[in-house]
Amino acid sequence: MDKVKLVDIAQARSGDKGNNVDLGLFAPDKKTYDLLTTQVTAEKVKEHFKDLVKGEVIRYELPNILALKFVCKQALDGGGSTSLRVDTLGKTYSSNLLRLEVDMNQ
Amino acid sequence: MKKVRVGAGQGFYGDTLDGALANAKYGNLDYLAFDSLAELTMAILTKDKRKDENLGYVKDLPMTMKKLLPFVKDNGLKLLTNGGGINPIAARDKVIEVAQSLGYEGLKVAVVTGDDLLPRLDDLLAKNIELTDLETDEEFSTVQEKIMFANAYIGAQPIVKALREGADVVITGRTTDTAQFLAPLIYEYGWKENDWDKLASGIFMGHLLECSAQSTGGNFSGGWKDIEGFDEMGYPIAEVEESGDFIITKVEERGGLVSVDTVRQQTLYEIHDPSAYITPDVIVDLTALTIEQVKPNVVQIKGVKGKPKPDSLKAVMGYHNGYMSQVMVGYSWPKALEKAQKANEIIRSQIEKSGQKYEEIRTDYLGYNSLHGSLATEPNEDINEIYLRMAVKSDDKRKASGFVRFFPPIALNGPPSLGGFVGNTPPRELIGMWSTLIPREIIENYVTTEVHEVKING
Repeated sequence: MDKVKLVDIAQARSGDKGNNVDLGLFAPDKKTYDLLTTQVTAEKVKEHFKDLVKGEVIRYELPNILALKFVCKQALDGGGSTSLRVDTLGKTYSSNLLRLEVDMNQ
Repeated sequence: MKKVRVGAGQGFYGDTLDGALANAKYGNLDYLAFDSLAELTMAILTKDKRKDENLGYVKDLPMTMKKLLPFVKDNGLKLLTNGGGINPIAARDKVIEVAQSLGYEGLKVAVVTGDDLLPRLDDLLAKNIELTDLETDEEFSTVQEKIMFANAYIGAQPIVKALREGADVVITGRTTDTAQFLAPLIYEYGWKENDWDKLASGIFMGHLLECSAQSTGGNFSGGWKDIEGFDEMGYPIAEVEESGDFIITKVEERGGLVSVDTVRQQTLYEIHDPSAYITPDVIVDLTALTIEQVKPNVVQIKGVKGKPKPDSLKAVMGYHNGYMSQVMVGYSWPKALEKAQKANEIIRSQIEKSGQKYEEIRTDYLGYNSLHGSLATEPNEDINEIYLRMAVKSDDKRKASGFVRFFPPIALNGPPSLGGFVGNTPPRELIGMWSTLIPREIIENYVTTEVHEVKING
């Protein structure tokens, strides 16, 4: 039982920019940051959001503030003022990312 | 050592004024800055202006000025807002009217114009500026006839010009979210147009302030339960040194929390590439940034780096993209989700049999998957209630509005125990966003700053 959901070890915030969603993932310490960097790859996030994100996912690393940044393209069915979704502004992508599981022993 | 104190006013159109008032009253501020515009806001203001030529700015501007101009008059506070929206001249006139009604003779109100590209689109195309969409590479001709508004994002320099000419209040249109915050620093410290690191630090300060409480504990994905005073949140204040380094804090009289975590979460919000956050004034690099807690509710920011400003400015246009209509209806235990799913099936079957065609029909179940989609875990049979939410999109407003009429009969004809019908709202116009890049000189040659002194007649 070494798998944990990100919600137990990290924080996140997200929001819209046109049809893209910007997602920040924040670690409490260097050890967790390294674990996230190894396991929460752009490919893994893209796979996680495969039904919600139609474009690519790009990851940026910020070891200085122990954070990872993801830009999810074509993630809002057109963007805030034209999407039929309930969360048109992508604010709940953050909590949705925190469902992702990582392996603490890797 | 000189320090400049800048406070956050409002983080969006519709935000409370209480945070701004508390900052003006207790914050010992030199400047109070408002970011009132978002992509969606431009669409809302466009609709206002279509109804009345004298509107198109944020409607709470007169009330904001009425409450804040006394601080300008008595304490020398300066106000900066992009709430002029798509009609900054009308906004300026309104502010002058408020100042006159308060008897503030001599107050200087500035307006910045030139961001509005709507009257210039044909001219731009004639100059071989293709206006191709930045994200999709689509050609402009696909939306040209449907454009509702078109604005270039302009930077801090025209606001600096207003301050140099003695403006007490500066009203702009689509200056960037951060321009209102950077401008006072350029003015106060005489930062040069190539002081990239300082400009970048000023932009980043603005970035931390422009979403109001999102830096002081609002929307906080951490120990949000421990944040005190959600009902009266304090909005962020920055105290900036000549070097560009600054602290973020808030007034003691209001709630919220300024910590490394609350500030860090806002750091990466909506900036795309954190090593190259592009603004008209400078490209910001946050890869050497440090955030340190120095006292309770005070964090120190250092290490923001800048790179030369871009050759192009971004413009965002909104285009008419049809209409949407939506309905919500609740089902109770037992088997709430199954009932809602059955109702969805019935409505879809009836739409099909009626021959009515929609471009898109969307189904969500509130209480289950309306926010997290397919990643939501299925509720068990015991769930107390589920709301079915259906939405459609159509080019035809009447078709969109006809959608809601499919629903009332299922109260008697469908699954049992329904309540909470919400569907008596008119269709909403959908507005697509079109982003493009334009050589900056083509925009900047049209940008003007005008300062007007308030006179009292008679």
